[in-house]
Amino acid sequence: MVEEEKRRRVLSGTHFMMGNFAVVEGALAAGCDFFAGYPITPANEISEQMAQRMAEVGGAFLQGEDELCSVYAVTGASLAGAKAMTATASAGYNYMQEGIEYAVAGEIPCVIVDVQRCRGENYATQADVMQARWGAAGDHEMVVLAPSSVQELFDFTVRAFNLAEKYRTPVIVLSETTIALMRENLVIPEPGQIEIVNRVRPTVPRDQFVPFAAEPDGVPPLPNFGDGYRILHSINPHDADGDIHWKPDVYQKLYERITNKITAHYDDIVKTESFYLDDAKIGLVAYGSESRPALEAVRVLRERGVKAGLLKLSTIWPVPEREIKALADQCYLLFAVEMNIGKYAAEIERVSNGACEVVRITKNLGMVHTTREILDDVEKKLGTPLQ
Amino acid sequence: MTEAVNPLRKYLRKDSLPHFFCAGCGSAQVLNFFVQAAEAINLDFDNLVTIGGVGCTARIPVYLDTETLHGIHGRTLPWATGIKLHNPDLKVVIFAGDGDAAAIGGNHLIHAARRNLDVTMIMVNNLTYGMTGGQVGPTTLRNLKSTTTPYGNLEPSFDTCKLVIAAGGTFVARSSTFRPRMAITAIRKALQHKGFSFIEIISQCPTNFGRKAIGSGDPVAGVKWIEENSLTSKQASELPDDQLDDKFVLGTFVDISRPVFMGGSIFPREDQE
Repeated sequence: MVEEEKRRRVLSGTHFMMGNFAVVEGALAAGCDFFAGYPITPANEISEQMAQRMAEVGGAFLQGEDELCSVYAVTGASLAGAKAMTATASAGYNYMQEGIEYAVAGEIPCVIVDVQRCRGENYATQADVMQARWGAAGDHEMVVLAPSSVQELFDFTVRAFNLAEKYRTPVIVLSETTIALMRENLVIPEPGQIEIVNRVRPTVPRDQFVPFAAEPDGVPPLPNFGDGYRILHSINPHDADGDIHWKPDVYQKLYERITNKITAHYDDIVKTESFYLDDAKIGLVAYGSESRPALEAVRVLRERGVKAGLLKLSTIWPVPEREIKALADQCYLLFAVEMNIGKYAAEIERVSNGACEVVRITKNLGMVHTTREILDDVEKKLGTPLQ
Repeated sequence: MTEAVNPLRKYLRKDSLPHFFCAGCGSAQVLNFFVQAAEAINLDFDNLVTIGGVGCTARIPVYLDTETLHGIHGRTLPWATGIKLHNPDLKVVIFAGDGDAAAIGGNHLIHAARRNLDVTMIMVNNLTYGMTGGQVGPTTLRNLKSTTTPYGNLEPSFDTCKLVIAAGGTFVARSSTFRPRMAITAIRKALQHKGFSFIEIISQCPTNFGRKAIGSGDPVAGVKWIEENSLTSKQASELPDDQLDDKFVLGTFVDISRPVFMGGSIFPREDQE
């Protein structure tokens, strides 16, 4: 990249920025050069800002006729060599499941941002957490990142592109109304300090290239359309050559590889943050915006002499099983804090597997938990009022 | 002794034959038409992306030795939009059945035509959902029987060419599998056209349309039935509209030029007109 282009693309410096704009700047810093979206609140600022920024950096912007157009345009552009993204909110995310299945099965790198909202209303929620994992048909793994701040919207969007390129898979940035519309400080590093991963393209000529051959947990190189490799890309079960076959062993080999390539790289994909966990006997587990009041609650509990800590999940899918299990073994009580009817709590209960008691702190009333609400629930469980 | 090889075999993917189409299926004819048209203009297959959605027609590009996308019903044009906006130099050709193009993908069709997306779409219209067993489709003629219209189809059929013309397509033609020369010429012209080119080819489905709708699973009977119900656009222009109901009007309806779609952030240059 020439210096001038880098300057236009990466707005290095300190900003006071809206979360949706931070997603745009994260995408650009990661090398995004294709965006497609369909109007939906509270994700509109992403499209609006992309329309301007893509023109500035020579990328392509498309306002699709619907979310299906957007998500498939993104997969098409990706195969043509683009780093491509789309953004939507819950209702639009429903439609995109179809394209996400295609991107998983076709191993097409792309980034999808879902700004979660309450049904038809633009209030905060984390109710899409299961859809983000299980919305698409067929056997698959999903990589889903859950930012909790404007800074993390930037950082996690960069990371989403890198993981998508590295593992040839769609990556979901699971945003929320809260952080999407919030304005906070954002520090954008110099371009050279931002890690950028680009997909591996084949180095051998076409007659030696087997398009879907890889180790059982591996990622095949991906040429661009026009590179002359003439690959058949299909969601139908296909063998290493890309030929469509219905044979149980061909199918098994394919879906095992596209799931193993995620699960086998747990250490690289799964990220958590620990707060006050070293000697904790009570653990709070939270992700996204809910980790903010949860952390504050832990600080209050510590002030009052309660050995509490927070495990903040940055990657929510695949589930950070090792970290959650270790915490369940260490603590006698876990609190699962989230903004829905208690969905991810079931995962925490499953992973804890009886090692300690798991208590759910959940609500879905369009607002993030207050610290006081979390403390009230903790007090209720502990049976002693906290001063 | 050397084995004779069809000179057009070079355009097909290695080891891809025999194809999966039923004996007498029109989709295999359209595959043949396409490679003949490609040969006539020496089409660069390294720079070509062919796309099929889901259905029998969607299998046509699976046999072509090109970059190929296959396997999602109705979303061929969104794929193509993404590809063309990122790399306008790639040639994109779509093969879609009538269900793929006019039903589940109908909204995309309207908007690709409106935008004048620079792709060629070949809609093979066999008047039914052949792959799934012969259900009624948006192009099925009135009163015909299908697996989901056991007493006859009560809906009027869709004139997809008229739809594309109204939406803004810049090359629109209809032909049939009874008329290979006409179909090949139309495909060739569409491939040479800059902008949204749409070709409908009326085609026989002996297995799942013929047996139920016209009482014969014989491919020859199917092709003859198509021709009996076909008129050239010149013939049609001499008849009142009510005599054109449930007829296939063949010909080139539109061949015009206007700026092609480059996306919302790239502004057309004069050389892209």
